[in-house]
Amino acid sequence: MDLTDFLLVLLRVVATFVLLLLVTVLNVWAERKIVADMQNRIGPDRAGPWGILQTVADGLKLFFKEQVNPRKAEMGMFVLAPFLAVIPAFLLFMMVPWGRPIEFADGSTFPLQGADLNIGLLFVLAMSSMAVYAVVLAGWSSGSKYPLLGGVRATAQAISYEAALGLAMVAVVVWMAASGEDGVMTLSLSEIVARQQGTYLGFLPRWNIFPQFGAFLVFFIAAVAETNRAPFDLVEAEQELVGGFHTEYSGMRFAMFFLAEYVNIFSMAALGATLFLGGWNGQIDTLFGWSTPGWLAAILPTVYFLFKTYVIVFMFFWIRATLPRLRYDQLMNLGWKRLIPGAIGWLALTAVVAAFWRFDAPWA
Amino acid sequence: MTLADYLPIAIMFVLAAGFVAVSLVVSRFFSPRNPTPEKVAPYECGILPETEPAQRFPVKFYLVAMLFVIFDVEIIFLFAWASRFRDFGWYGVAAVGIFTFFVLETLVYVWKRGALDWNVSRRARYAGSQREAA
Amino acid sequence: MIETILFFVLAATSLAGAITVIAARNPVHSAMGLLGTLFSLAVIYVVNLAHLVAAVQVIVYAGAVMTLFLFVIMLIGVDKAEERDETLPYQRQLVIGLAVITCGLAIALATGSGFRWTPAAPAAAQAPNGTIENVAEPLFGEWLLAFEATALLLTIAAAGAIALAYFRRGAPEEVAE
Repeated sequence: MDLTDFLLVLLRVVATFVLLLLVTVLNVWAERKIVADMQNRIGPDRAGPWGILQTVADGLKLFFKEQVNPRKAEMGMFVLAPFLAVIPAFLLFMMVPWGRPIEFADGSTFPLQGADLNIGLLFVLAMSSMAVYAVVLAGWSSGSKYPLLGGVRATAQAISYEAALGLAMVAVVVWMAASGEDGVMTLSLSEIVARQQGTYLGFLPRWNIFPQFGAFLVFFIAAVAETNRAPFDLVEAEQELVGGFHTEYSGMRFAMFFLAEYVNIFSMAALGATLFLGGWNGQIDTLFGWSTPGWLAAILPTVYFLFKTYVIVFMFFWIRATLPRLRYDQLMNLGWKRLIPGAIGWLALTAVVAAFWRFDAPWA
Repeated sequence: MTLADYLPIAIMFVLAAGFVAVSLVVSRFFSPRNPTPEKVAPYECGILPETEPAQRFPVKFYLVAMLFVIFDVEIIFLFAWASRFRDFGWYGVAAVGIFTFFVLETLVYVWKRGALDWNVSRRARYAGSQREAA
Repeated sequence: MIETILFFVLAATSLAGAITVIAARNPVHSAMGLLGTLFSLAVIYVVNLAHLVAAVQVIVYAGAVMTLFLFVIMLIGVDKAEERDETLPYQRQLVIGLAVITCGLAIALATGSGFRWTPAAPAAAQAPNGTIENVAEPLFGEWLLAFEATALLLTIAAAGAIALAYFRRGAPEEVAE
């Protein structure tokens, strides 16, 4: 690996990093505006046109605010927790391909993806289980009862729904492995996108959401719970726990948890778009046999990807404005007694259907 | 796959950690530092805290974590099977079927023992089991 | 070259984590030390191209088992003063003696087997790439029995946890929920 290669990798990572920061700024504003519209309010409208700079203003405000050191806090762990929140959030998105790889004249390619690992999906699961430590450490190190309760609740919630998340992913991988021509299916996300090219019956895009709708439902519910969003936001149920695990955090330390939450929403939505909605694949430009100019063909996949991701992000905001928060026993019941048995049932159905399709009946 | 494939992850790790560190440290220079006894006290809704935070949690959290370990192992094995689905055929389906049966059996056992029932006190559960026995 | 450097750095961090586990007074600090050790090991696996094992290390050990440990710590109560009385007589002396014997055996084994700090050829080049589809083949072939036995082991573990948590003689205690 020479210096040019290294600089290209660096460029890719920095581009991914900047993309995530920009969408976070946009998403925080978009959520407030969308939820406001749904509730017949105006929402932020002062900073910039339509209040679009509101997030920047809030960030600047937090930047100049005091970082309180609570008297009973365990300072080492207290400061470590924001790091543990932000790092897995950014690493998780690294696996997602967000555009068609750019091909150069000499045949080399520049993938628009942070890193393409063979174990991509497992890396995603690993990072989402690492995110738990930030919450539990923040809750514990604050030395205060509400953060501690919020932290322990959050951990139990995260592990309950992560099992469902993983099972939904397995069902998708089984289906893709069965429907592909090749005997081997890796867990690389670029391969998952590549296998969703083409159409069913000539018109329906070959996206996993159509054959794997049950897995998509499980995935979406689990993703909302994993990111601790309403109606699963018991972690910070403000009526009972004040602010949950970050009650004692202020200033930039709090801003870091906020950043991590919104990066996680975007990453989970991007993952959903990649697994179920075909990633950056799209047909609009070729549907009517138009000839697309080269520059447009290079940009369109990223537009498709962002559009699909924002459809899921919008669903995150939508259910937040629609559904009331669950009670803790309802949350655990839904996770363990409905979602996980449901996910296993769907997986068994997928496996048996795929096996009958691809292999002869066992008695034949 | 080689070690070089992990380079972007290492760079992103440094970048994200550096971003947090710089934000926290630089903000320190521009923000006031004015701790008062009330400000640094643990949060309470305006009254003086009389009791310390409850430091013990129900044993059910432990059982949920135990179940999670089991499902995590199951998911990893399922991914390994799924990646070679076409090669293993019915043999693979049967192999993971047996494994999944054991895992499901564990889930049902823990479920029926009441470890997944939240908001039910042990006294209520004990009374229920006494009624069943009688 | 880079593999050797990474090995020494990671060996140092994993040792530092391990020492934290036994030296820290606070159980949560011990848990964090263990997390550091597990992570360093995961990166060592990556350096040796055991990709699946590295992922399993992070997901199962650092993710699930450590969460279990943290719950145990929370269950017992983190601020509870530790029992400083030693229940076994001569425990310290025994541990030191065993440690010396173990280290001696390790050194004897290492020198006896012709151990060198620099591998003759990069180990990574010889070893097969430990990606998930490569590991799946022996897992569902040669090691199928061990694979199925794992399920049985996990079932027994869950039954044991239930037994510890719920079966007890006499009337139930009052538990705050």
